[in-house]
Amino acid sequence: MSGHEHAGAPAHPHHPPPRGPDGYEADPTRHHPPGPDLEDAPLAHHQVMQMAVTSLLIEKGIFSADDMRAQIERMDALTPARGARLVARAWSDDGFRRRLLADSKAAATELGMDIGPVPILVMENTPDTHNLVVCTLCSCYPRFLLGIPPDWYKSRSYRSRAVREPRRVLTEFGTEIDSERRIRVHDSTADMRYMVLPMRPSGTEGMSEEALADLVTRDSLIGVTEPHAG
Amino acid sequence: MIEARRHHDMGGLEAGPVERDDEHDKAPWEKRVDALMVLLGQRRIIGVDELRRGIEELGSDAYDRYGYYERWMASMTNLLLEKKIIGVSELGARMAEIEAGRRRTLP
Repeated sequence: MSGHEHAGAPAHPHHPPPRGPDGYEADPTRHHPPGPDLEDAPLAHHQVMQMAVTSLLIEKGIFSADDMRAQIERMDALTPARGARLVARAWSDDGFRRRLLADSKAAATELGMDIGPVPILVMENTPDTHNLVVCTLCSCYPRFLLGIPPDWYKSRSYRSRAVREPRRVLTEFGTEIDSERRIRVHDSTADMRYMVLPMRPSGTEGMSEEALADLVTRDSLIGVTEPHAG
Repeated sequence: MIEARRHHDMGGLEAGPVERDDEHDKAPWEKRVDALMVLLGQRRIIGVDELRRGIEELGSDAYDRYGYYERWMASMTNLLLEKKIIGVSELGARMAEIEAGRRRTLP
């Protein structure tokens, strides 16, 4: 289950957003004018519910519109680049790699990165073993390292099949795992999540950490794909 | 007959190919649902286990028909009603107002 990892950082200082005539800010995300979900298309039932519930909770003082905007900004700052940075450092520094495998939270802190309150186990791919992450019950992925997972991570087909026929699912993604290599599938829970540490691709000797991080994709952090040089 | 598993417990079942083409940036309203849950979690109003219980109690029809954040929104709303943080009539009135277009710029 995602959604319960709380970014610990305090709200960013900000200027008050523009307000509509009824006192609500016109665009809580401030990234663009009110989107088509507000203006053009008929509102879907659950969108109406979201707007109604949010406005009632703001009126009751449970949180403010500013709190919501600040949280969306924090969420937008969480991207797979964070997980990629950990991987690139682990590829470049063997001591860091060992510390990351032993205690990902402490290791990430060395880079000034908060990976959230939920423990994340880092599973290392080796020539013998390829790791794959799924949450069969719901949607528990390491959001602090990946950002919000795409819909297909939470789809019936991925959740059902990743534990039953992982090799075949991987093949559908163009990931051919040598038949000699074991595939370990990790089924996450709300309280224990996993990130895959992929193998460093050959042909990357001498590359900078920044260049290495660019090779690490979101999907490689859950083992659906493998990073490739260039 | 007692079902051996509930509908959300789908690990190992047969299913079709994984469709990646529905990948999209989260819509603003989906981000707001996500943010809503984080804010309520931080204030200890709804815990993640409660959110999940609410999702699992939607029933298999709604579970499969709703999108991911629609399930979250339905669960959160039910929990807020259950906890009497909001009332049914004020919620219904506010939703009617929004649907009638009198409030289109809410958070």
